[in-house]
Amino acid sequence: MRIDRKAPSRAPRPSRRALLAGAGIFSLGFHIPFLARAATRDGAPAAPEVNAWVVVKPDETVVIRVARSEMGQGTLTGLAQLVAEELDCDWARVTTEYPSPGQNLARKRVWGDYSTGGSRGIRDSHEYVRKGGAAARAMLVAAAAKGWGVPAAECRTERGTITHAASGRSTTYGAVAGEAATIEPPKDVALKDPRDWTIAGKPLKRLDTLPKLDGSQVYGIDLKLPGLLNAAIRDCPVTGGGVKSFEAAAVTGMPGVKRVVQVGDSAVAVVADTFWRAKTALDALPIVWDEGPNAKVSSESIAAVLREGLDAEQAFVGNRAGDVAGALKGAAKVVEAVYGVPFQNHATMEPMNATALWTPERCEVWTPTQNGEAALAATADAAGLPATSCEVYKIHLGGGFGRRGATHDWVRQAVLIAREMPGTPVKLIWTREEDMTHGRYHPVTQCRMRAALDTEGNLTGLHMRISGQSILASVAPQRMVEGRDPVTFQGLNPGGPEAAIGYTIPNILVDHAMRNPHILPGFWRGVNLNPNAIYLECFMDELAHATGQDPLAFRLKLMGNHPKHRAVLEAVAERIGWDRKPPEGVFRGICQTMGFGSYVAGAAEVSVSDAGELKIHRIVAATDPGHAVNPQQIDAQVAGSFVYGLSAALYGACTVKDGRIEQTNFDSYPVMRMDAMPAVETILMPSGGFWGGVGEPTIAVAAPAVLNAVFAATGKRVRHLPLKDTDLRRA
Amino acid sequence: MARLTVNGVVREVDAEPDTPLLWVIREQIGLTGTKYGCGIAQCGACTVHVDGAAVRACSLPLSAIETGQKIVTIEGLAPGMDHPVQQAWAELDVPQCGFCQPGMIMASAALLAQTPRPSEEQIRAEITNICRCGTYNRVLAGIKLAAERGQSG
Ligand code: FES
Ligand code: FES
Repeated sequence: MRIDRKAPSRAPRPSRRALLAGAGIFSLGFHIPFLARAATRDGAPAAPEVNAWVVVKPDETVVIRVARSEMGQGTLTGLAQLVAEELDCDWARVTTEYPSPGQNLARKRVWGDYSTGGSRGIRDSHEYVRKGGAAARAMLVAAAAKGWGVPAAECRTERGTITHAASGRSTTYGAVAGEAATIEPPKDVALKDPRDWTIAGKPLKRLDTLPKLDGSQVYGIDLKLPGLLNAAIRDCPVTGGGVKSFEAAAVTGMPGVKRVVQVGDSAVAVVADTFWRAKTALDALPIVWDEGPNAKVSSESIAAVLREGLDAEQAFVGNRAGDVAGALKGAAKVVEAVYGVPFQNHATMEPMNATALWTPERCEVWTPTQNGEAALAATADAAGLPATSCEVYKIHLGGGFGRRGATHDWVRQAVLIAREMPGTPVKLIWTREEDMTHGRYHPVTQCRMRAALDTEGNLTGLHMRISGQSILASVAPQRMVEGRDPVTFQGLNPGGPEAAIGYTIPNILVDHAMRNPHILPGFWRGVNLNPNAIYLECFMDELAHATGQDPLAFRLKLMGNHPKHRAVLEAVAERIGWDRKPPEGVFRGICQTMGFGSYVAGAAEVSVSDAGELKIHRIVAATDPGHAVNPQQIDAQVAGSFVYGLSAALYGACTVKDGRIEQTNFDSYPVMRMDAMPAVETILMPSGGFWGGVGEPTIAVAAPAVLNAVFAATGKRVRHLPLKDTDLRRA
Repeated sequence: MARLTVNGVVREVDAEPDTPLLWVIREQIGLTGTKYGCGIAQCGACTVHVDGAAVRACSLPLSAIETGQKIVTIEGLAPGMDHPVQQAWAELDVPQCGFCQPGMIMASAALLAQTPRPSEEQIRAEITNICRCGTYNRVLAGIKLAAERGQSG
C-alpha cells in the first residue's frame, strides 16, 4: 500500500507577487485578497469564495476556512466536519486553510474570535461555522436552481452534487460555485439536527496527519524566507529585572554574527546567519543583569505568603450557601487538611518562536499562535504601527496547551529585534532553557479544606480556602469581576453551564485569598480546574475514609441533584469494576469534576512496590461533552490529557530560587514517557443538548484518581505535588 | 568544508566542527523535518539514523561523523512514505501536533530494524522520546502494527 497524499498543509508564504515586487528583499503580502493569493500560489484561475467559510474550486475541492488554531487537538478537523456537514459536500475532497488575522480585521471579524483556548475551539463557534456551511449550501443550491429555472426548495444536495429530481437534472458544487458567489447570502438558515449528522459526530481521520509523517509539515521553527536571519535571546533570569550592560564587542567577530541588540529593558539577542551561530555567540556574550526587586524570592518565601493567605481575613467569595462557621462549630467531627500545587511549565514540544519582518510602513509576523488576533495586536504594538499595517501568518503549532494564546511575549521580542534590521526577516527561536525559565506558569496555590461531619458521617459543611495566584490579574485584568478572579473557582461554582460543583452541601464556602508572586502565571491546559479537582476530590476521599465509608458511596449521597456529574462517575465505577475486588496488590481511586462545559470522571488502578515505586496500570475516563464532534479525536484528547495531567502530578514542579525558575530543561523538569504510560479506556457519553470542551477537562481527574489510589495502596495522603517528592515506601 | 552523506546525497557543509549534526541538517542542508526539542539528548525530537542506528543529532557534533557514514533523516526514511512505521502511523492517526513525530518514527523504525518483533516491554524501554501531546498509546499500537506488517509483508 502506498499512502495517497492529499494536499499537505504548507506554511503560508508571502505571495509570489509580493516576492517579485522590487523594493528591498520583498514588499509585503498583505491585503492581497484570497482570490489573488490562491491564483498566484496555484497558478490556476482563482476560485471565488462562496462565502467567508467556503471556497469550491472547479475541480470540486472544497476549501474550508478555520479561524481557530490547530495545535494537535484536532480542532481543524472537527470544525471542518461541522462546516462540511451543513454544506453536504464530499468529505474526501475537503481541505482547510487559515484566514489571516489581518483579513479578519479587514473583513469586520467575519470569522469571529480567533482565540483557541479554554477548550472552546468547537463549543464557542459551532453555531456560526455550521451556519456558514449551511449558508454556502443554500447559495450553491440557489445558483443551480436559478440556472435551471426551478424552485430552490425542489433541489436536493448530497456529497457535493445538486439534483432536481422532477426534471432529472444534476450538477456539482464546483460547476456552480462561481455563480453562487454572486447570490445574496440567506438571512437565516436552518441547521441539521445532530441526530441526522453523517460527517460531524463521526470518528473521521484527521485532515492533517500525512505531512506529519515525512517531515514536510512546516512549523514556525522551520520557516524559510529569502534572506532570513536567525536570532537567539536571553531575557533577565529574574522576572522584574533588566539588562545592566553587555559587551557586544566580545562576540561581534564570531562566525555568522550580524548584530547584538538589546530587546526592551530586560533582554539581549544575537542575530546571525544561522540559529546555532546566534546561540553560540549569545552563550559567549558577557551580560550583567540588574536583577531587580525579586532577586531574593524563593519557593519557600512564596509558600509562606500563601500560608498566611489561608487564614487571612479578606478573601473573594466564589460559592457560598448556608452557614459554614456554624456548621463547623456544631459538627460531631471536623476534618482539616492543607493541599498545594507548584508552578508548572507548559513545555510545548516546539519552543516559542516567531519570524518578523519590519519596515517603517509595515510589519509581518509568522508564528505559531493560539490566538492570531492577539498576536496581531502584539505585533502592532511592538512595531509601533497600526494593526491595519500589520499582518500575522499563523503557522502550525508544535503544541500550545495555553502557552501560545494569552500573551505573545515572544512575538513582541521578535518584532523588536526586526525593528533593528528594517527590511530583513529575522526568526527568533527560544532555546529550551529560555522556554523553561520564561514561561507563563500554571499558577501556584494552596488550599485549606475544612469539613463538618455529623454523627452519621454526613458532610454538613465545607470551607475551601484557596490562597494564591490569580491568572486573570496578570493576563487579563479586564476580565476580573470587582477585584475577584472568577476563573479561580473553576469546578467549584454553585451552578451554571461552565464549571459547577457536583455536590449539594448544605453549608458551603469557597473563597480565595489572592496572593500574586512575581513569577508570571498563564492558562495551562486545564487551568484552575486542575488544582481545584485535586483539592476537592482528594479531600472527599479523605472524608470517606475518616468516616469509614466507601469513597464512591460517600460521593453519591451528595449527588442527587447533579445527575450529569453522577452519570460519568457511575460510568467509570462500573467500567473499573468498583464493586469487585481489584487484582492482588492493585488499588483503586476514583473522582469526578466538571469544567469547560463538560462532565468528567476518572478511575485509576495502581500498585506501589515495597521500594515505593508507583505503577499506574489502568485509567478509565468518562466524558459527557454534550455533543461529540469526532469521537476518535476525543479519545486522543483524553489519553493525551492523562499524559499532561500525570506528568504534572507525578514529576512536574518549577521551583524558585534567587528569584528565578530553577528548572532549565527536560532533565530537571521530567515529563511522562512511554515507560510510565498506563492504558487509558475512554467512555464517551454525550447526552446532547449542550456543547462542552474536550481538550482540557479530563486532565483534572488524572491526578486525583491516581492520588486516591496511591492512598488506598499505601495509606499515604499526598497533599503537595508533585508526588515524586513523597516517599511511598511503606512505613 | 565537511562532507556528509544525507539521504543518499553527498553534501558539502560549511559549519564549525562543534556544530551539532541537528543544526547542520536543519540550517546548512535545509532539511527541517528533524526537530529541535531540548538540545541535550533528552527528548528525541532530533532522532536520525547514522548507519542505521537511531542517534540524537542535537548531541552529536559534526566532527564526530566519520567519512562515509550514512545519515538518514525523516525526509529520506522511505520514498512515498511507504515505510511500515509511516503506514501504521497513517492508519492509526498517531500524531497530534506532530512535532515529536519525526523523532518517534525514526526511533521506532530503528527499533524494528534491530528487533523486528519487539515485546511491549522492549518498546516501552527503547522508545524514550518525549511527546507532550501524549500520543504514547498510539505510538505503542503503531509499532505493534508495523511489526506485524513487517513480519507478514
Ligand atoms: S533535541 Fe535532541 S534529544 Fe531533544
Ligand atoms: S504529537 Fe505533539 S508532541 Fe507529540
